Amino acid sequence: MNRTLNQKSLRITYYVLLFLFLTLALNFTPIKVVYAQDPTPSDDQVNEIARQLYCPVCENTPLDVCPTEACRQWRALIRQMISEGRTEAEIKQYFVENYGARVLGAPPATGLNRLVYIIPPVIILAGAFFLFRALKEWTKPATASATPGASEAKPVAQDDYITRLEEELKKRK
Amino acid sequence: MIAQFGYGVLVLTFIVTIYSVIAAYIAADRKSSSLAESARRAMLLTFPLLTVSALSLIYLLVYNHFEVAFVYEVTSRSMPTYLKITAWWGGQAGSLVFWSWLLSAFTSAATLRKWDRDRELLPWVIVVTGITLAFFLVMVVFFENPFASMWFDKSGEMVKAMFLPNGATAVPLQLDGRGLNPLLRHPGMVIHPPMLYLGFVSFVIPYAFAMAALITGRTDDRWIRLTRRWALWAWLFLSFGLVLGGRWAYDVLGWGGYWGWDPVEIAAFMPWLTGTAFLHSVMIQEKRGLLKQWNMILIILTYALVIFGTFLTRSGVLSSVHAFAQSAIGPLFFGFIGLTFITSIALLIKRWPELHAETEMKSMLSREALFLLNNLLFMSVLVVCFWGVIFPLISELVTGSKVTVGPPFYERATAPLFAALMLLMGIAPLSAWGHSTVQTLGRALWKSALAAVITTGIIFATYTQNVIALIGFFLIAFVLFVTFQEFWRATRARQKTQDENFFMSLLTLIGRNRRRYGGYIIHISMMLMAIGILGIEIFQTQTQGTLAINQKVEIGGYQVEYSEIAQFQGPDSRQVTRAVVNIYQDGEYLGQVYPRIDFYTDSQQNMTIPGQRATLRDDLYVLLVDWQPVSSNGATFKIYVNPLVNWLWIGSLLFLIGVVIAAWPDKDPERASVHASRRTHQTSAAD
Amino acid sequence: MTEIKDTAPKRGVPMWAQAIIWGLLIVLLIIVGLGLNRAQQGTVQPGDKIPDFRLPLFKGYEYEGRSEVKLYDFRGKVVVLNFWASWCKPCEQEAAELQQAWKANKASGEVIFLGADYVDTEPEARAYLKKFEIDFYNGPDMGTKISQLFRMKGVPETYFIDREGVLQYVKVGPFASADEIQIHIDELLK
Repeated sequence: MNRTLNQKSLRITYYVLLFLFLTLALNFTPIKVVYAQDPTPSDDQVNEIARQLYCPVCENTPLDVCPTEACRQWRALIRQMISEGRTEAEIKQYFVENYGARVLGAPPATGLNRLVYIIPPVIILAGAFFLFRALKEWTKPATASATPGASEAKPVAQDDYITRLEEELKKRK
Repeated sequence: MIAQFGYGVLVLTFIVTIYSVIAAYIAADRKSSSLAESARRAMLLTFPLLTVSALSLIYLLVYNHFEVAFVYEVTSRSMPTYLKITAWWGGQAGSLVFWSWLLSAFTSAATLRKWDRDRELLPWVIVVTGITLAFFLVMVVFFENPFASMWFDKSGEMVKAMFLPNGATAVPLQLDGRGLNPLLRHPGMVIHPPMLYLGFVSFVIPYAFAMAALITGRTDDRWIRLTRRWALWAWLFLSFGLVLGGRWAYDVLGWGGYWGWDPVEIAAFMPWLTGTAFLHSVMIQEKRGLLKQWNMILIILTYALVIFGTFLTRSGVLSSVHAFAQSAIGPLFFGFIGLTFITSIALLIKRWPELHAETEMKSMLSREALFLLNNLLFMSVLVVCFWGVIFPLISELVTGSKVTVGPPFYERATAPLFAALMLLMGIAPLSAWGHSTVQTLGRALWKSALAAVITTGIIFATYTQNVIALIGFFLIAFVLFVTFQEFWRATRARQKTQDENFFMSLLTLIGRNRRRYGGYIIHISMMLMAIGILGIEIFQTQTQGTLAINQKVEIGGYQVEYSEIAQFQGPDSRQVTRAVVNIYQDGEYLGQVYPRIDFYTDSQQNMTIPGQRATLRDDLYVLLVDWQPVSSNGATFKIYVNPLVNWLWIGSLLFLIGVVIAAWPDKDPERASVHASRRTHQTSAAD
Repeated sequence: MTEIKDTAPKRGVPMWAQAIIWGLLIVLLIIVGLGLNRAQQGTVQPGDKIPDFRLPLFKGYEYEGRSEVKLYDFRGKVVVLNFWASWCKPCEQEAAELQQAWKANKASGEVIFLGADYVDTEPEARAYLKKFEIDFYNGPDMGTKISQLFRMKGVPETYFIDREGVLQYVKVGPFASADEIQIHIDELLK
């Protein structure tokens, strides 16, 4: 009886000591590989979001490369928000509320900003429309004679090409 | 004393320019050839005068004359001499003088030619270039004077002026200057602004000729043939300026990218778009007498965008990392823009009916029609870019709040347009002048299209399944196959008739038809650049982490190990922190790279220079990041793997070769008879 | 010579197209002109009436139990509005002076000091306020709305608004001393 109790308590002590040792050891071991294994968000996670945001004070500088003190604080803020479990969308929303819409890479599609996304397609399509209308106008009288002409050109194309090439070469000699 | 002398010469140049403009105008009005000659000589005189003034400025820069405000602002004692010279364009005032000097150089070159056949154009060319030169000189002489000094005026405020203002005292002589912006102190960076300016300024010449053509009513293609080579060289310089900007951003800026869609970058890109469309479109006018109105529109737009872009960069209207500081030249520039736009449009509208087509367009798939589509696509990209640049301005005016229109907008909007342009690049060379139907085109295309599909299949199986990338690779392969096919077929055709080996045939072919085959080489180079762009945009990976000495991090099959750190004084007042990093791949040692941080003590600014290992397959790009202080205990590294990016630079070298070939003068450019080749019978370029 | 086929009649540019072209050009010039004007404009200048704005307050800086103030709450009093940020080195030079001036004027009830924190992060802002023992009403400039209202160019800037809500003085950069602040307050108290 005494021996089993001793054995048991020994075992318990052993495991407790092992546990303590491991805890201490892990705290002193340098981190060998830089992956996001520990609870603090990795630089990569911060960069992933910071890349999409722009520095509110500097001009047109993305937040992940901006060297100023202010940007350093913002990156730390992003890191903290990630560790709190906020999603990317929530973090971006927070930045917009606090610092204005200019932190985003493209304006949110609300209000006047909808024009950003609407105007170019409208103009381009209008241009294409006018172009095709003009082309149709120009090519209408010729379409009747087009088909017979093309089929005539085909059989002589090969030699015609060589002839044309020779003519051009002679011109430039 | 030198400063006063330099300024005096500038004033004199201004007076001579004004005289030249007035004389040329009267000469045109009264058709007086002696007055025209006098105006021409006056314009020629501006170049030596400006050279003297520029040399005075350079003298002041090199010899540390810090009593001159501009010298104080852009140089410092520790800068090497070559950088002090390049500081000439390192600030607003000096770069305006540089602009003016280039403009007078090009105008002189243009006016030195024989004018016998085009007497009526000459005076108007001088008027237009003269007014532009006069405008830039006004800005320099009255607003942004590089020879001015700083004074304390009566109320104690610092003021810049050429001569002693009333009641003012001189600011005590500074012992050292502020120094050039560190970003400009890189040898590669030195050439980027001049290259861009060369491109911008040389577009003034074709524009001046176009205006002369509109004013005199000589709306045939004479003005185009006179300035075709100018336009090509201008386009070369502008393209190269843009590429160099990208290379420098990649090598020195340390952001891991080459293009940021910054408003000032776009301001330089927009004239390139219309310039490219112009170069293609003039071919149609020469061969078929069509698209005359388009060509006028395009050259006017190109020049207008150059001036507009210069204005946006220098007036403080746009916020950008590139922008110059606030300046008083804004309103003057605005007036000049208004004047330019209004006169150009008015003249164009007036002469519109006379720019009618000489022949007709036969089919929707003819080469002419496809070039028209080409113009439309380039203009569409222009619309996207222009709107993206202008919108933040509108938003701030209307709602009072600033917004950023950045890469997400531009990339999504322009990608389909560029894809369409690439498709066109493959189809158009095979289309025929005049008649073309779906059948004839299809017959010409199917081999290349099939080869492209097969290539894409191979890429799908071995490299990536990303849909966007596959579409991109398909288009690139398609254009490459079509272009190679063109070379092949023409060389073989020539081989059949001459007794030469393949290589000789090829070289002679290119030599005899430089424009076409130079152009095809340019297309190939563009596709190589597209490979690089696709690689880095779609497949870039990055990671960042803090490493202790001898620690490794893994990315993209590479192991990157922090080996050493050193800190030392570098040349040009730099405090350099330099890391040595070992690169391994699957355990095998590949080499070392040396990322560093340069701190410039005179301007108190940092530069992060990456260490790179470049191969055709990818680029390993290592940066020292200072999120936390760098030491031998730990340094933070940011590492990018950029696949295929070196094809971008290879492509740009080939591009240079292509343009040089295309622009190389023929023995007698006038003899290349355009009329002889403008025939109405069908020629088929494909079987 | 080539045969010239003129299938299209020689038309000028139709009127509607001309109207659109000139119209667009004028609109563009107006936009650019206004943009240029705005860029050349400095901050809001003395003599301008300041429209009402809302400043949410940091916890612990409540005004009469409310966590948000409006400019118009202080009509009849002199308002000293200071823009600052924790990352701004020059702001630290004047922080103590501002607090000193506030303490001197607090008792009279005629003067209100407002601090607007410009694009900052809350932990650092609080640390800054604590460091300089600042207790006048402070809050973040949410969305940079207030600084854009004043066309603020940088921090620090201080705006002195009189009892009627009209701007009387703008100080760009840090104050050299609390006396300097007092001089301008006394001007407005007259």
